[in-house]
Amino acid sequence: MSALLDPILGQWNYYLVIVLMMIGFYAVIARGNMVKKIVGLNIFQTSVFMLYISMGKVANGTAPILTGDPNTVYSNPLPHVLILTAIVVGVSTTAVGYALIIRIQESFGSIEDDDIIAMLDDEEETS
Amino acid sequence: MMQHLPILQVLLPLLAAPFAAMLRGRDVAWGIAFITTGTAFLISIALFLEQRALGTTMVYELGNWAAPIGIVYVIDAASALVLPVISGVGFIATLAARQLVAAEIDPRDHSLFYAAWLLTIAGMLGQVTTGDAFNIFVFLEISSLSAYALVAMGSGRDRRALPAAFNYLILGTVGATFYVIGLGLLYMLTGTLNLADLAERLPQVEETRAVFTAMAFIALGLFLKMALFPLHFWLVPAYAHAPSAVTALMASTATKVSVYVLIRLIFGVFGVEFPGLADAVGLAILTLGIAGAFVGTLAAIVETDLKKLFAQSSIAQLGYMAIGIGAMSATGLAAAFLHLFNHALMKGALFLAIGMIAAQAGRATMGTIQGAGKQIPITMTAILFGGLALIGVPLTAGFISKVYLVRALLEQNFWLLAGLTFISSALALAYVWKIIEAAWLQPRPAGAPELSETASQYVPAWIMVFATLGFGIYATPLVEAAFAAAHVFIPSTMGAN
Repeated sequence: MSALLDPILGQWNYYLVIVLMMIGFYAVIARGNMVKKIVGLNIFQTSVFMLYISMGKVANGTAPILTGDPNTVYSNPLPHVLILTAIVVGVSTTAVGYALIIRIQESFGSIEDDDIIAMLDDEEETS
Repeated sequence: MMQHLPILQVLLPLLAAPFAAMLRGRDVAWGIAFITTGTAFLISIALFLEQRALGTTMVYELGNWAAPIGIVYVIDAASALVLPVISGVGFIATLAARQLVAAEIDPRDHSLFYAAWLLTIAGMLGQVTTGDAFNIFVFLEISSLSAYALVAMGSGRDRRALPAAFNYLILGTVGATFYVIGLGLLYMLTGTLNLADLAERLPQVEETRAVFTAMAFIALGLFLKMALFPLHFWLVPAYAHAPSAVTALMASTATKVSVYVLIRLIFGVFGVEFPGLADAVGLAILTLGIAGAFVGTLAAIVETDLKKLFAQSSIAQLGYMAIGIGAMSATGLAAAFLHLFNHALMKGALFLAIGMIAAQAGRATMGTIQGAGKQIPITMTAILFGGLALIGVPLTAGFISKVYLVRALLEQNFWLLAGLTFISSALALAYVWKIIEAAWLQPRPAGAPELSETASQYVPAWIMVFATLGFGIYATPLVEAAFAAAHVFIPSTMGAN
């Protein structure tokens, strides 16, 4: 039993990341509403953040702050730092995305992909 | 001072951007952009000449922290060749932007436009210079985020720029995130992000499934970013509806940088002899490349909007670069570098010339240029030369890169691919002829808008045309530089196989 479960339980963080990644990716692809697309993109990116953070965890490791005790086991701080950068990038992407959505709503009166594609096709025919 | 040049050329546009944004005068903002890109261009030429003279790899340690702890900037034959392309095209495009931006963008937005413009150039230069894999991601996002904003600025004239920019943002972010996933897996396996260090440690884990997954994620993410068929759907609307100056800058640089990063990762980190690489990634790139060459060319033939037409042709040209990469040989890689360089010049010339027409007429379509050969002969001739270079007519730079591409394929006995490359190049004649016919063989329709041209309008495009012809007629130094770049990744002793 444990031989069967161990590889799964021992790597549960990766399974969680993959589930989250696919939920986010599905929302990006399948949703026509642009706000929902951005939300999906955020879930997708967050799953990657969790991938990095969970790989930085060292068994029995503590927060990487010097304690003075040479026997202390620390978690790897580098992935945290990388993800701090990636979070900033993610926030900026979301901000630019929402700014674009506001402008799209102003000039098209809709933020649904299908509506906008239909409007663009009409314009293409008349021009 | 001299040893700080590798960081200076990235830092200058990065630091100049907020100044351009804050000083809210459009001439001031343009002046800052002009001086900054000009300086960056001079620096990258100095770096290129220095690297060629030394013949070695120059490593700049940020804050004097040695690799792999610190981040290093690497000037080798490959990055030294690509840097002048970006900053050079950036400089000429800035020269042309003064007129194009004045015609197409709300004067209140000019300073912000030039700020985003400088940021995207800084991001691209950073991606090429850095020797750290995560740093590449950060610069990728700097250049992409400002590129989304730049594309969206086309909305003043053409509201279709907004959904185009939004789709570009979604797909661009997905691509960059894929790249980060792959990078995370590599970091997990090796514990390093330094490219040279990664290359050293990867052979120890080369037979693991995680390494193949990482390779697949990185390759896929970069395929999206370089708009390799069939992941190219963001490109055509983004190029077609962006402001003309942005189209010219992005068409000549943005996708090229991703091609360069792909080469750096695939050959520089995994290495050409990495087990499974040539079979999996190489075959995928070759197949998608030739498919893209045909799809792009055929789509260009039926297109009537000139910006869309040449955006489709970009898909085809990226396909040729992909074929060069997929050949997995030194000659193929040199052909990819040559085409990267030459295509930047041709597309720069074409989109700058088309931009000048679009800025006057609102749009540049087959109808707009009908009979325009007599009205604006100098601009139309620039488009003609750009088109001939795209086909690969002798005495243009396009010919040189196609020759080396076909040579690389024949070396590997890919006869069918070489034939298909030749056929798809010849097909490009169809869309170039369509333009020649419309511009010179048809009369100007009555009531068509009056087009004019002044020296300041056609000089930037013609600088690019002269460069295309110059590198086509006297190609030896460029070919040597391209082979030096290829040999960074594939040593010359392996060149024959």
